[in-house]
Amino acid sequence: MTFSPELEARFEKFLAKYPADRKRSAMIPMLIYAQDEVGSITDELIEEVAKRVGVTPLQVNEVVGFYSMLHRKGMGKYHVQVCTNISCLLVGGAELYDQACHKLGIGHKEVRPDGWVSLEEVECMGACSWAPAIQVNYDFYHDVTPEQLDKLLDGLLAGKTPEQIDEVRKVN
Amino acid sequence: MLYNQPNPLEVKILSRRFGLPNSQSIDTYLANDGYKAFEKALGMSQEEIINEVKASGLRGRGGAGFPTGMKWGFLPRQSPKPKYIMVNADESEPATCKDRLLIEYDPHQLIEGVLIAGLAAGSNQGYVYIRGEYRYLIEIMDRAIDEAYARGYLGDNILGRGLKFHFATHSGAGAYECGEESALLESFEGKRGNPRIRPPFPAVAGAYQCPTVLNNVETFCSVPPIILNGGSYFAGLGTPKNGGTRLFCLSGHINKPGVYELPMGFNLMRMINEIGGGMRGGKKLKAVIPGGSSCPILKADECDLAMDFDTLQAAGSMLGSGGVVVMDEDTCMVKAALRIMRFYAHESCGWCIPCREGTTWLRKLLQRFHDGMGQRSDIVLIGDLSKNMLGRTFCPLGDAAALPTISIVEKFRDEFEAHLDGKPCPYEHASRLVTA
Repeated sequence: MTFSPELEARFEKFLAKYPADRKRSAMIPMLIYAQDEVGSITDELIEEVAKRVGVTPLQVNEVVGFYSMLHRKGMGKYHVQVCTNISCLLVGGAELYDQACHKLGIGHKEVRPDGWVSLEEVECMGACSWAPAIQVNYDFYHDVTPEQLDKLLDGLLAGKTPEQIDEVRKVN
Repeated sequence: MLYNQPNPLEVKILSRRFGLPNSQSIDTYLANDGYKAFEKALGMSQEEIINEVKASGLRGRGGAGFPTGMKWGFLPRQSPKPKYIMVNADESEPATCKDRLLIEYDPHQLIEGVLIAGLAAGSNQGYVYIRGEYRYLIEIMDRAIDEAYARGYLGDNILGRGLKFHFATHSGAGAYECGEESALLESFEGKRGNPRIRPPFPAVAGAYQCPTVLNNVETFCSVPPIILNGGSYFAGLGTPKNGGTRLFCLSGHINKPGVYELPMGFNLMRMINEIGGGMRGGKKLKAVIPGGSSCPILKADECDLAMDFDTLQAAGSMLGSGGVVVMDEDTCMVKAALRIMRFYAHESCGWCIPCREGTTWLRKLLQRFHDGMGQRSDIVLIGDLSKNMLGRTFCPLGDAAALPTISIVEKFRDEFEAHLDGKPCPYEHASRLVTA
C-alpha cells in the first residue's frame, strides 16, 4: 500500500518515538493519521499497519473496534460532530443535533449520498464552558447558535468548504 | 484569543501567561520566568524536588486528588529498568475543558513540569497522550517540543549539562476509558484501552511494565510554580491539604461560563454568582455537579461550601476534575441522569461485567422512565443496580456511572415520581415533543 510522502514521513517519525522493540505503540497514531488520508480503516490499511508495527492484522483489527474515532466505513469529507453531553445538553446541544439531522437528512454516523458531509452525535469533546459546541473534522466551533449551524450546514450542502463559509468561523 | 474573559477574582498562577501575545512560543515563555524552575531544579536532589512537591499540598488534578508528591515518592528509583514520564492529556470527563487551554496557551509550562518530574524520577523519556479530538493541540505541542529541542531544553545534552531527556506526543483515537491511567498505558502500548488490575500501580509497573510517573496535564503544569516559588507558597494559596489553585470549568445555566483559575477552597456559591455571573435569565438554582459528570450531584441548598477535595468528600461528593455544571430550576433531573448514563454506557470498555451490563441496563431503565413508561419499582431498581456496580470493577468507570445516578435518584426522587403513570416529562415543551 502506498501513502503520500508526507504521511510516510510522519510514520517514520512515529516509529522513531518509541523504543525499538515497542513499535506497536505507533499503531493507533498511524491508524488515525492514515484514516485522514485513506478515508477509512480499510482491510488493506490494517494489513499494512500490522506489517509495519510487527503484529498480526487481527491484533490491529481488535484495536480498531475499540476506538470511536476509527471508522471502518468512510465518513464524509466534512464530518460534522455535535456534542449532546451534559454541558451542551443544558444549553441546546440536543436541539442542534436534531436540527442537523433534519437539515442534512441523515442520522448518527450517516453520510450524505455525495460523500461531502456526514453527521455524528458525539460525547464530550472538551468545550463545555463554551457550549454548545460542534466539531467539523478536527476544528472546534464554540457557543453555536441555531442560526450559525444553519449557515454552516447550508454552506456545506452547497458544496462549500468550511473555510468558504464566512459567517461561521472555527475557533482553534 | 481567549475563549472567555478573565475574572478579577482569579488567582493566576498556571494561567498567568494566557492571553499574552504568542504565548505558545518559547521566547514568550522565557521572557516570563520560563524554564527558571527547571534550572533551579537542576541544583536540587531528587529528594528535595519530591519534598517540595509534597510540601505544596498538590493533589492530582485529573480527578482522584491523590497527593502528587507521595505518588512520585512511590517510584522505585533504584530499579534498573528505564523510567517514564507520562502526561495524561486525554481530558474527556464531561464538563472538563481546562487541559486544552493549558496546552493551547502555554505548552512550554507543561514541558518544564515534565522535565522537572524527569529529574525527580531519574527518567530520560516522557510522552504526552493527547486525545484524538485535540488534533490542533498535538500540532501546538509538537511545535513547542521542536522549539525546546532547538534551544537545548530537550535532547541528549540538555543545556550542555550532559543530561538526557526526550519528549514526544502520542495521539489517542476516541475513548473516555483511556483517561483512566492503566487503560491509558494499554492504549499507549497499541492495544484496546482496557484497564489493568492494580496493584501493581503505574509507579512500579507502568509503560512497558517500567516505573512510570503518570499525572494529569494540570498537575505537571503546577510543578514549575511550586519549584520556583517554593512548596509552602503554593500550599498557602489553598486550604489545608489542598494546595494551590486550580482551573475550574464552569458550564451550564450561568451568565459567564468559562475556565477560571481560583484558589482551592473557593466557595461554590461565590463561584456561581461572582465568577459565573449568576444564573441565566434570573432563574433559580436547582443543582450542581461539582467536578465532572462522575461526581454525585449537590442540591441548591448544599452548595454553600468550599471547593476542595476534603470538603466535597465530607459533603458526599467529589471535587473530581474541576468541571462545575450548574443547572437551573427548569432542568429535568431524569433527563440529566439519562444523558449521563448514556455516556457511561457508550464509554464502558466492556472489560468488567458489572459496568458493561450495569450501565446498559441503567440507560434502558432511565430512557423508559423519561419516555413516561417507567414503573414505581424501577426507581428502586435504578438505585439497586447502581449500588451493585460500586467497587466491583477494575477501574473507576463503574463507580463514575453509579455515583451520580444514586445521588440523583436519592435527592430528586420526586422528579422520577412526576414521570410515572404515563405522564410526559413535565419539563419538555409540547412543541419539542411534536417534532421529536
